[in-house]
Amino acid sequence: MKKCHITFQLNGITCEVLVNPNQTLVRMLRDDLGLTGTKYGCGEGDCGSCTVLLDGEPVNSCLMLAAQVDGHQITTIEGLADGDKLHPLQTSFIEKGAIQCGFCTPGMILSAKNLLETQPNPSELEVRTAISGNLCRCTGYQKIVEAILATASPDCQCSSGDAKNCHEED
Amino acid sequence: MKKKQFDVLNTRAPRVDAAIKATGKAQYADDLNRTGQLYGAILQSPLAHAKIISIDTAVASRLPGVKAIITAKDVGLTKYGVSPARYDETLFAHDKVRYVGDEIAAVAAIDLETAHAALELIKVEYEELPFVLTAEEALNDNAPQLHDDYPGNISAEVHQEFGDTAAAFKECDFIHTHKLVNKRQDGGFIEPHSCIAEYDHDGRLTLHTSTQVAHYVQRTVSMMTGIPIGRVRIVRPCVGGGFGPKCEATPLEMSACFLAIKTGCPVKITYSREQVFLHSRARHQFYHEMTTGFKKDGTIMALSHKCTLDGGAYCSFGIATVYYAGSLLGAPYRLPNMKYDGMRVYTNKPACGAQRGHGGVAARACFEQQLDIIAEELKIDPIELRQMNMMETGDTTCNALNMSSLGMKESLEAVQKGSNWKKKKGKLPAGKGIGAACGFFVSGAGYPIYRSDTFHSTAEIKVAEDGGTVILRSGIAEIGQGADTMVAMITAETLGIPLADVRVDSGDTDYSVDLGAYSSRQTLMSGHATKDAAENVKAQILAVVAEKLEVDVKNLDIKAGYIKIKGRKKADIKPFRDYYRKEHRGWSNLPDGDEMSFTEAARMAYLEKGTIVGTGKYKPPILGGKFKGAAVGTSPAYGGSAQVVEVTVDRDTGKITIDAMTDAHDCGLAINKTMVEGQMQGSLSMGLGEAMFEEVKFDEKGQLLTPSIGEYRIATALDMPNVDTIVIESNEPNGPYGAKEVGEGAIMPTIPAILNAVYDATGVRITELPLTPERVLLALKEAEAEKTA
Repeated sequence: MKKCHITFQLNGITCEVLVNPNQTLVRMLRDDLGLTGTKYGCGEGDCGSCTVLLDGEPVNSCLMLAAQVDGHQITTIEGLADGDKLHPLQTSFIEKGAIQCGFCTPGMILSAKNLLETQPNPSELEVRTAISGNLCRCTGYQKIVEAILATASPDCQCSSGDAKNCHEED
Repeated sequence: MKKKQFDVLNTRAPRVDAAIKATGKAQYADDLNRTGQLYGAILQSPLAHAKIISIDTAVASRLPGVKAIITAKDVGLTKYGVSPARYDETLFAHDKVRYVGDEIAAVAAIDLETAHAALELIKVEYEELPFVLTAEEALNDNAPQLHDDYPGNISAEVHQEFGDTAAAFKECDFIHTHKLVNKRQDGGFIEPHSCIAEYDHDGRLTLHTSTQVAHYVQRTVSMMTGIPIGRVRIVRPCVGGGFGPKCEATPLEMSACFLAIKTGCPVKITYSREQVFLHSRARHQFYHEMTTGFKKDGTIMALSHKCTLDGGAYCSFGIATVYYAGSLLGAPYRLPNMKYDGMRVYTNKPACGAQRGHGGVAARACFEQQLDIIAEELKIDPIELRQMNMMETGDTTCNALNMSSLGMKESLEAVQKGSNWKKKKGKLPAGKGIGAACGFFVSGAGYPIYRSDTFHSTAEIKVAEDGGTVILRSGIAEIGQGADTMVAMITAETLGIPLADVRVDSGDTDYSVDLGAYSSRQTLMSGHATKDAAENVKAQILAVVAEKLEVDVKNLDIKAGYIKIKGRKKADIKPFRDYYRKEHRGWSNLPDGDEMSFTEAARMAYLEKGTIVGTGKYKPPILGGKFKGAAVGTSPAYGGSAQVVEVTVDRDTGKITIDAMTDAHDCGLAINKTMVEGQMQGSLSMGLGEAMFEEVKFDEKGQLLTPSIGEYRIATALDMPNVDTIVIESNEPNGPYGAKEVGEGAIMPTIPAILNAVYDATGVRITELPLTPERVLLALKEAEAEKTA
C-alpha cells in the first residue's frame, strides 16, 4: 500500500508523517505517534472517547482518516496544559470530582474546550448538549457539567450539586 | 451522635489519580505497548448451538506473519469459571459451541490485520444443533440441552424459607401478587477489555489487564496454564470502568497468556466493542413474581418470591446472582417471613454475570412497587408505609443479616424533604408523577468466591527511607470508583500526615492479596487492611521516638505531619533537629518550629531499625446464618438508600421524561464526600438507563442485534436531569472509621422510583422494562381499553 505523506500541526508543533491511506486518525495518534491520551472506546463514533480538536472543532478521530488532517491543526489532550500549568478545564475537572475512571475525560475536556471557546458563558443545557456525544458511564455527568460551568464562571461559588441554581439565568 | 473530627477523611480532597487522567497520561491496558509485541485475535462461533466436527488451522498458520494459533488441543480442557462449584467453561470450545461468540481459537500475529486475516482462514466444520434463546424455552421438557452436567438446563437452583410464610399469609388482611421482567443489560463501560501478556524464559508470566479482580485472575491463569501461582503476576493498569463484568478471568486474558507462552513474545489483545457485548457477563434478565402479605395497619407479614434468571450459556457469577436476587429482600424492612424459589437457566446466549447491584436490582424494582401498591390499597402515604416497616440499627433480618448500622429512616426523611414530597404527592398536574423507593446492599461479601480462610485484603506500607513519603502497596482495584484515593486518605488519617505525602501503588498481585472491586467491598475491607498497616507503621515509628525522647509511647501521637507529646509542653528535640539538618546540608524545606516533624521521626526510625514496613490485614468475622446459601448476602455491614423521582409522561407518545431525582444514601462515614456523590450520581444514571432504554437484543438465531453503544443506548448528558444527592452518615461499627458501601446500593431505588412515579402520573403499572415510548403507549392504551370495556 502506497503511504500518504501528510503535514499538519499537532498540539502546535509541525508534524510530518507517512501513513497508510486506510489508517484512521485515532490509530495514527495512538499507534504511530504514541499519543495514547486519545482513547479508543468503540471505533464507530458512538462513545466520543477518541475526540480530538480539528482546527478547534471536536471530531471523532476513529471516523477520520489520518490523511484527512493534512494541512490542518489537531489538538489532543496532551496539548492542553501550558508547560506545568494545567488548562483551567483540567483544573476544574480535578477539583470538582468530574473524573472517575477517566477514560472519557480527554474527549470530554476537548469537547468542553470547544464549547467555551464558542460560547464563553454557556447554560447548563448548552453544556449538556456540547458533551452529549461523549459517553460517560461512571459519573452520571453531573460533576462534569459542574466542572465545565465552573470553568466558564470561575467566580461562581456553587457548591457541589448546586450548579443549576447558579446558572439557570444564563 | 457527635461526629469525630478528621484531618483528611470526610473531606472533598481531589482524587489522587485525577491529574494523570485529566492530562491523558493515565495508562490503560490498551495504551501499553512492548517491543516485539504480537497482536492477538479470537475466533468466535457464528452459531448459537452446534457440534464442532473439525477445526483446521493449517491454512491460517501458513499465512505470513502468523506466529501461533491455539485451540482446545493446545490449551487443554481444564474447566474454569467463577465459583469452583460451577466451573463449566473451557477456554476454547472443543465438542460444541453454545452461543454466538463462544471462543474456538486464538491467533497471534505481527499485526492486527494479519491476525484477523488468519481468523478468516481457520476452517471450522459445524453440525447445527437446536437451540434455546429464552428461559421459558430452556425449561421445556424436550428443550435442547446445553450442558451434560446440568440436566434440564438448570444452572443453579435455590429454595429457601425463613419463618412460616403459609401461616403468615393466613394472618394477612391484604395479599398482592405482582410480576416484573427486566432486560439483559450491558456493563457499558467505555474502555473495552484489553490485556498484554509477557512470558520470560525463566517461566514467569506477567499479565497487564483491565480487570476488577487481579487476585482471581491470577488464580485462574495459574490453574489454566499450570504455571505456579508465585510465577504469575497480574498487574492492573488504569481501568476504564468495570461495574461487574470485569470481575472474572476472561478468554481474552487466558488466550493472551497461552499465546505469549507459545511464542515467547508479548501478546496484546483488545476486545472490539462487539466482543464486549458477546463476552457480556453483565446483568441477567430476571422474571420476578412476588406475593406480599400485609396487615391492614400496614405491617408487612410475608413475602413469597419466585424468580427465574436467563443466564446465557455459562454460569459465570450466576450462582451468586440467583442467591442475591432473593437474599437482599425484604431488608431494609422488617419482614418476618420470606420464601424464595430461584432458578438460573442456561440459554444459547452470552453468559450473564455480575453487574452493579448484583442480583438485587430487578428484585428491588419489583418489591418496591409492591409496597406502593399496598400503600395505595391501605390509603397510606408510600413513604409513611416504608417508615412504618423500616428496620433500625441493631435489627436482624429473617435471613440473619444484621444491621450494625442503618440510616434508612434518615435517608427516607431526607428525600421526602429534599423532593418536597408532601407538597407534590397527589397534587401534581396531569401527566406528571412522583415516586419513591428504597434500596439496600452489602458492604462486601462475607466470604471469598473460593472456599478459603484467606484474608480478604492485605496491605503493605513502606516509609521511604528519607522519611518524607509513605508508599502504600496494595492489590486493590482502582477501576474509577476512587479506591486509590480512599486508601490514601485512610493512610494519611491513620498516620497523621498530609494526604500529599502518601503515594499509592496498587493493583499488582505482587503487592498484596485483595479480592478486588466487587460486592462494594473495598472501602470496608481494603480500608480496614490499610488502616491496620498504617497503625502498624505508626506504632513502629512512635516506639523509636519514645525511646529517643525518653517519653512514654502512650503520650505520643502524630497529627498533621507533626509528633504530638501529651502532658508536656515541649520536648527537647534540638539534638535530633541538628542531626537531621546536618544530614541534609544544602537542602531546602528543612523542618523548623518547636515540634518534631513526621519526616524527622520517620528518618530517626529508619536509622534505628532499617526500612520501616508495616503490614495490615482484614477478613470479616464469621457472620450470618447456617442455612444453605447463607454466604450470599452476608456482609459485615449494609448500606441503604432512598430516592424520589419525578417524571412527565406524554400520553400521546408514551415518552417519559425524568424531571428530577432526589437520592439519599447511608454510606456510614463518607471517606470522601465528592466521591460518594459521584458513586450516587453514576448509579442513578445506570439505573435510569436500565429503566428507560437499555436492552441487549438478539435475533431469532441468537445473533446479537445491539453490538454497539449506538444501538445499545446508555444515558447521555442530555438524558440525565441535575440530581440532588444527599449523603447520610451513620456510624458503622464494623467499618474503618465508620465507613461502608455506596458503589452499588445507590442503584437500587432508581428503577422502582421511576416505575412508581410513572404509575403516579398515569395510573398504569408497567411490568416490563425498559420503559420505551412504544411499551408505555401500548400499556396506556391497554389500560384505557380495559376501562372502557
